[in-house]
Amino acid sequence: MAKAEFEIPELKEYPEIPPIQPGAMAHSKPYVAKADFQEPLGYPGELVDDWQDKAIEAMGDLLGKYRSLQVFLDACVKCGSCTDKCHYYLGTADPKNMPVARQDLLRKVYRRYFTFAGKYFPKLVGATDLTEEVLEDWYNYFHQCSQCRRCSVFCPYGIDTAEISMAAREIMDRIGLGQKYCNEIVGKVFRIGNNLGLPGPALEDTLEGLEEDVFDDTGVEVKYPLDKKGADILLVTPSADFFAEPHVDGLIGYGKVFHEAGVNWTLSSKASEAANFGMFIGSYENMRKISLRIREAALELGVKRIVFGECGHAWRVAYSFLNTLAGPWDFLDQNYPIPQHICEFTYDLIQKDKDKPEEEKVLKFDKSQNDDMVVTFHDSCNVARASRMGDFPGGQFVIPREIIKTVCNNFVDMDPDTVYEKTFCCGGGGGLLTDELMELRVKGAKPRMEALRNVIEEDGVTHMAMICAICKAQFTKVLPYYGRGMDMIVSLHQLVSNAIVLTGQQTEDEEEEENEAAAE
Amino acid sequence: MGTINVNGKELEVDEEGYLANINDWEPAVAEVMAKEDGLELTDEHWDIINFLRDYYEEYQIAPAVRVLTKAVGKKLGKDKGNSKYLYGLFPYGPGKQACRYAGLPKPTGCV
Repeated sequence: MAKAEFEIPELKEYPEIPPIQPGAMAHSKPYVAKADFQEPLGYPGELVDDWQDKAIEAMGDLLGKYRSLQVFLDACVKCGSCTDKCHYYLGTADPKNMPVARQDLLRKVYRRYFTFAGKYFPKLVGATDLTEEVLEDWYNYFHQCSQCRRCSVFCPYGIDTAEISMAAREIMDRIGLGQKYCNEIVGKVFRIGNNLGLPGPALEDTLEGLEEDVFDDTGVEVKYPLDKKGADILLVTPSADFFAEPHVDGLIGYGKVFHEAGVNWTLSSKASEAANFGMFIGSYENMRKISLRIREAALELGVKRIVFGECGHAWRVAYSFLNTLAGPWDFLDQNYPIPQHICEFTYDLIQKDKDKPEEEKVLKFDKSQNDDMVVTFHDSCNVARASRMGDFPGGQFVIPREIIKTVCNNFVDMDPDTVYEKTFCCGGGGGLLTDELMELRVKGAKPRMEALRNVIEEDGVTHMAMICAICKAQFTKVLPYYGRGMDMIVSLHQLVSNAIVLTGQQTEDEEEEENEAAAE
Repeated sequence: MGTINVNGKELEVDEEGYLANINDWEPAVAEVMAKEDGLELTDEHWDIINFLRDYYEEYQIAPAVRVLTKAVGKKLGKDKGNSKYLYGLFPYGPGKQACRYAGLPKPTGCV
């Protein structure tokens, strides 16, 4: 594993609020996007000469478009509720990582240029000019917010720091100061169709490989179709599901569930990405452009339903915004949720199977296949706090857990202060999953690592399941810094895949008998 | 933007040390990069680097982890067809470190 050039936080039995260390993370910032990565998104290639004027103009534009932004900038009474709620503050002790201080970086400029008191008596109301120093703070500290919204759960006014961070990033993009990681990726989606830049033939080759693997494992021909016209369901999943581990084990699981359900489904090379980094950079235009690819693919393929794979922020965009971004969806089957989450799809089958005799169940499980694990579940921030699942409040918490309990014998929840709507971010969300921010990512994972360590020690937890591509990638990179193996991280549908007994699948005993017979 | 010196030529690399232009690649590039990481390239390393380059030539992208481990397993034996073997060779991650040595762009996204 990579040697750390920073101190790894010490995990405590009980969470401790660290004494402040001003400037502790002042050096942390992501690479700036070059012109090649800026221009395809409609932004200037480099910092424009009159950037102060342009930034204030952009702020005014956003304030006019989003009333919420102005309310959030006006409403804070500095009560302090949010100060110890951010994982980046808890992990780094930098006071500018307290949500209120992060908001104030934008708020003090807003006051100076947009409020009466700030225009005439700036010192009295903490208003400041937009200087180079302030811009530098914006760039560094608005890229130390993963837009996870945990602080907003505790704010008595419901101020959403995520929206403030998004606005700040959009302002910076508009003056030519964009972030390389996000903007390069958004460009790749426009050019190739997904974050990774996997062209159609590579997707096809990868999916054929999965079909071979599943056949070798089970003796059943499960298909992973691509661009299949006339399919009923379009599956839109993060491209990491094709590429990385343990993501791909989740994709294998979705395919097995579809196979057993007997539905006609397909992936699309045009909509080969669920993720939508347009949200991370606060850009409505780019978010819309990415979403429209899904609409085009759905129309071209003639599908009736859209199902999303395991991706946290994608589900936020899909659940909360897809209709306004890319609707109306009047050409889809209105009897199903539009769009539907893969967990809803699987859960729905499990519910319908409940009262059926074993042989009539659509999904048959052998839970003992997961008996080598004691599993806990990490709620991903965007699913937990920015969306829902199912047709009942709290479905986004209940449904994944019910699926796990259906396919695993051993499930344990972590400390209640760290799950459900109070869940901690993995430390890599919101467009921060890039190697140059590794110190921030490792330190930001501290609260989750503490809660995980406690269930490892007290309950013998061996694996942590999740339904977000960013969470999976972040934890597999960060766990080794805390002395744990990356193989602790599993996809939720990987657990489903382990336990599902496909129609016609040979059990291990049958296989052994066959092998013995062949040997004789 | 920095450069690395390979056989007397200054080749452009990005912030993270990946070649800016894939056509600049020659085997000495991998040797120079590995040396900077304190790694000595063996035949086992070259098997992976060559596979990555061949795959990239065909598909314009690095292979998925599973595609890579499967190919390695087929060629070098099943005991080597896993990420553990690959991490043993490339401790910074086979996807990223081996891609860099092979002159390929860094895989982006949620990986």
